[in-house]
Amino acid sequence: MNNVIIWHFHRLVFTEPLLLSLGVSACLVALALVLRQRIALASGGPPVIVEAAYQLMHDAVAEVVGATHVERVLPFVGTLWLFILLANLLGLVPGLVSPTRDLSITSALAITVFAAVHVFGVRACGWKAYLRHYLAPNPILLPFHLISEITRTIALAIRLFGNMMSLEMAAMLVLLVAGLLVPVPLLLLHVVEALIQAYIFGMLALIYIGSALEAGQQAQPPPTPSVPEERS
Amino acid sequence: MSDLHLFSVVSTIVAALAIALGVFYPARAMGRAVAAALEAPARQPEAEKPISRTLFIGLAMIESLAIYCLVIALIILFRNPLLEYFLK
Repeated sequence: MNNVIIWHFHRLVFTEPLLLSLGVSACLVALALVLRQRIALASGGPPVIVEAAYQLMHDAVAEVVGATHVERVLPFVGTLWLFILLANLLGLVPGLVSPTRDLSITSALAITVFAAVHVFGVRACGWKAYLRHYLAPNPILLPFHLISEITRTIALAIRLFGNMMSLEMAAMLVLLVAGLLVPVPLLLLHVVEALIQAYIFGMLALIYIGSALEAGQQAQPPPTPSVPEERS
Repeated sequence: MSDLHLFSVVSTIVAALAIALGVFYPARAMGRAVAAALEAPARQPEAEKPISRTLFIGLAMIESLAIYCLVIALIILFRNPLLEYFLK
């Protein structure tokens, strides 16, 4: 909660989480450029670990979204996964904090997801079909649809922020109470939690997008049971 | 005991109660969800992947309830907006 202000530039204020998240983005872009060059040189294709990671993400997306939409949705969800994973793990570096423990950054990510859901939905089935799914079973349910849109976005932001902040705060409290090296098991938990939270955030974004993509086609047949309810 | 004393004692108790209750019920719910999810693949081993995916999502949903309680407890303890009335 104590954001160290690092840099004033006219009236812009740069806090530590903001600079760190910009750094994470820069790292990812640099990595992508290097990999693209390696692939373009055709020197044996990408490294195995990169290919495995891509395959993992591709399979996870393909399980939720129809085959025609995978190529469109994968870049967005994959970026979310990689960015949040790196940002979460950054908290383990001594002297740095996770950018995702700042509510502003998680809110920005959640708003991106909120916008992306509608963009993908409209692109997949057109304005009319997409907007009609808000009236789908009965027009009386319209306010509930709208409330669910807003609350799930807020929940997305608060979940990531609360998890990362509470873990770091717990580690700090144990350090204050018990002393050096005692919070190490908690930090191991931090690694697991960083992975799970990144997975959950991307997966929820994927499911929201998937339900928006199916909204147009779902008007007539009953909804597929594989998609869980998106309320929380 | 001044008003400020009473206020800090009550807010501490309420924050502790909020986090206790707010962890207890999600913990029970998570336990039930995990138990049910472990039972299902024993009957249908081929359905393990969708079940584990849905389980993760459901656990995240339940966990976020506990996180809401934590956020509220932290607000009560550190950033209580009602404190301004006393300090004015």
